[in-house]
Amino acid sequence: MSDLLAARSQMAVSLGFHIIFAVIGIGMPVLMVVAERRWQKTGDPIYLELAKRWAKGTAILFAVGAVSGTVLSFELGLLWPTFMRFAGPIIGMPFSLEGFAFFTEAIFLGVYLYGWDRISRRAHLLAGIMVAVSGVASGIFVVTANAWMNSPTGFDLVGGRAVNVDPIAGMLNPMMFQQTLHMTLAAYAATGIGVAGIHAVLLLIDRENAFHRRALAVAMMVGAPAAALQPLSGHHSGQVVARYQPAKLAAMEAHFRTGPRAPIELGGWPDMDAREVRYAIPIPGGLSILAFSDPDAVVEGLDRFPRADWPNVPIVHFAFQLMVALGTYMAIVALWAGWLAWRRQDHASHRAFLRALSVAAPMGFIAIEAGWTVTEVGRQPWTIYGVLRTADAVTPMPGLIVPFLCFTVLYCFLGLIVVWLLYHQIARSPRPTEWSRRYTPAGASSA
Amino acid sequence: MPDLPLADVLAAILALSLAAYVLFGGADFGGGVWDLLASGPRKARQREVIAHAIAPIWEANHVWLILAIVLAFTCFPEVFARLGTVLHIPLSLMLIGIVLRGSAFIFRSYDTEELKAQRRWGRVFAIASLATPVLLGVCIGAVASGRLVPPADGDFVTGFVEPWLTPFALAIGLMTLTIFAFLAAVFLTLETHDPELADDFRRRGLIAGVAVFVAAFAALALAPHGAPLVQRALVSSTWAMPFHLVTGAVAVAVLAALWFRKYRLARIGVGMQVLCIVGGWALAQYPYILPPDLTVTGAAAPDRTLRLALIVLVAGGAILLPSLLYLFRVFKSSPADRVGHGG
Repeated sequence: MSDLLAARSQMAVSLGFHIIFAVIGIGMPVLMVVAERRWQKTGDPIYLELAKRWAKGTAILFAVGAVSGTVLSFELGLLWPTFMRFAGPIIGMPFSLEGFAFFTEAIFLGVYLYGWDRISRRAHLLAGIMVAVSGVASGIFVVTANAWMNSPTGFDLVGGRAVNVDPIAGMLNPMMFQQTLHMTLAAYAATGIGVAGIHAVLLLIDRENAFHRRALAVAMMVGAPAAALQPLSGHHSGQVVARYQPAKLAAMEAHFRTGPRAPIELGGWPDMDAREVRYAIPIPGGLSILAFSDPDAVVEGLDRFPRADWPNVPIVHFAFQLMVALGTYMAIVALWAGWLAWRRQDHASHRAFLRALSVAAPMGFIAIEAGWTVTEVGRQPWTIYGVLRTADAVTPMPGLIVPFLCFTVLYCFLGLIVVWLLYHQIARSPRPTEWSRRYTPAGASSA
Repeated sequence: MPDLPLADVLAAILALSLAAYVLFGGADFGGGVWDLLASGPRKARQREVIAHAIAPIWEANHVWLILAIVLAFTCFPEVFARLGTVLHIPLSLMLIGIVLRGSAFIFRSYDTEELKAQRRWGRVFAIASLATPVLLGVCIGAVASGRLVPPADGDFVTGFVEPWLTPFALAIGLMTLTIFAFLAAVFLTLETHDPELADDFRRRGLIAGVAVFVAAFAALALAPHGAPLVQRALVSSTWAMPFHLVTGAVAVAVLAALWFRKYRLARIGVGMQVLCIVGGWALAQYPYILPPDLTVTGAAAPDRTLRLALIVLVAGGAILLPSLLYLFRVFKSSPADRVGHGG
């Protein structure tokens, strides 16, 4: 394994690990706030129990997200010093803002977790809202920096150096809006559908359990709208990518030959030597319509770019198709849920719906990993699209396979423990006696 | 002060955020040290006090390190790039320590089912609390030593190991560990209403305070060879004498306050002591941010970036400081045996 590949792999593992926790850190606070609000309105103690459990889960996951995020901020310099030397002054600002948002989230999560019997109900709910707002803000800031790597603006390139640096223009880069929107919706969809799916599984076993019924309802309230809207945001993303990163779009669609009436290739495997997609179902003109809303539009294919500037087409194509397939399934389940709500049917006793929903539980997270693969691998061989190559950004430090293996083992270990803990803390059905004993309202000792 | 260069202001803020990390984050690490060394008839209760003192706050305390990192790569990208390259090994090890310590702590507090599992997490937490400060100190010592030059092609050891694996850097590593332990002991005296428990921490504080002195003298003795630039400044600048007098007086005053059980006074004093140490290091390096060749102005990002960074800091501070005060107020208005944290 070359040092460059080891560095890329370490970054991929770190980000792939962190993104899960970051996403949950954005989504879970919303669930917990909705549950708390419902408790305050209805007085139903199950909602309070849910808010407390979800807050606990958020705390565990936020802590892991906080440490893995700290690792990432170091890794930018440990693995990609040349990139940071170039990019720091331009995209340091969103990272600084993210730091503040993260800090706010940590502070109010502390207040929320340990403040149940110390502050008024209103202040407590407000603390939860602050956690949710700062969580989504920090996600937006980080994705803004990533969007800049895809469509760098805010500087002039003179002799390999950035001059006339303008950090605000760097933040407001052309990809910023669609990427942050897509990621935020993804966070709500993955978390909401994920939690709802877990409770759907438990309802299939224990159909009358009021705890799981309430949990499913609250989680769907957050996850379903996001999942239903996500395909629209994805379509918009595709159009922006077509305009600013044509090589990435060509790799996503395994579109080898430039031309009008470009097809969408459903499924299939890109044959890199023959430069065609095998075993795919083509939809003629589909790509032209998707990218430019016109069946006769010319879509640039990979033939427009030197072979050395191609991303890894099979990986990008496969990851893209996977993301779209999972997202579509989730959107269908979300619309189904909406339809059932419209017809005033009970979700929790509709077994076919529960089955469909339990299958969807992990899909949002897999789709996020796949989508992140599309955007990162699809940007290669560039770290900053069209400006700095990944091979030039990597550290001169030799033997990078060692830190790669160390951090991979560390992350696997952490991942296993987190899953085990969450299972014991959150998913297990509470016995009624347990929650009535442990959580009497304000004034009692808890946490 | 219109003629105060922006780069200097931001470098000062960078130093301050490092000082804040040492002060708050350091106390959390030190808590881990005392968790490891808990002993005597009140062993279990000592650990309880430590866990309760750290729990609501340790993630928030982490932010000072992140702030320092972000300021470094936004405002002094050249410095950040070189630190990441030359200090790759100690920084990676420190990161592993930070990850293990943070997660072990949270797992220990949630993994309530089994006592054995709790103990296992406790050990990971304590060992990581011991190793991480040493590594942080080694990195700081390496910066002060003025040996962090861009690695020449070829040799791994001269490029990536020798710059930081020096007796001076190790001495600074030990000094950092003793300072963290000292801070934690001083803060912990105020975290309990039980005078016997407070006395346990007082005794530990006195021992750690003496250890800080020993480590500091060891570092000073190694400095002429290990960190000549900093050493010269600490001996011959105009501010050197008053600085040593003030630092020494504060250090003695903290020990005296501990001795006479004036815990609040000791807490204020120990904060000043940390400020003196970090401030002295920063002043001694000035105008270099990364000796031997990178100066604050020379390594700074364009003015526009610096100005924006300052605006973000002020605006962010306007949201954060009240929030932080609120957090402390909520947890200070309660029995100290359960929650709360010094500083």
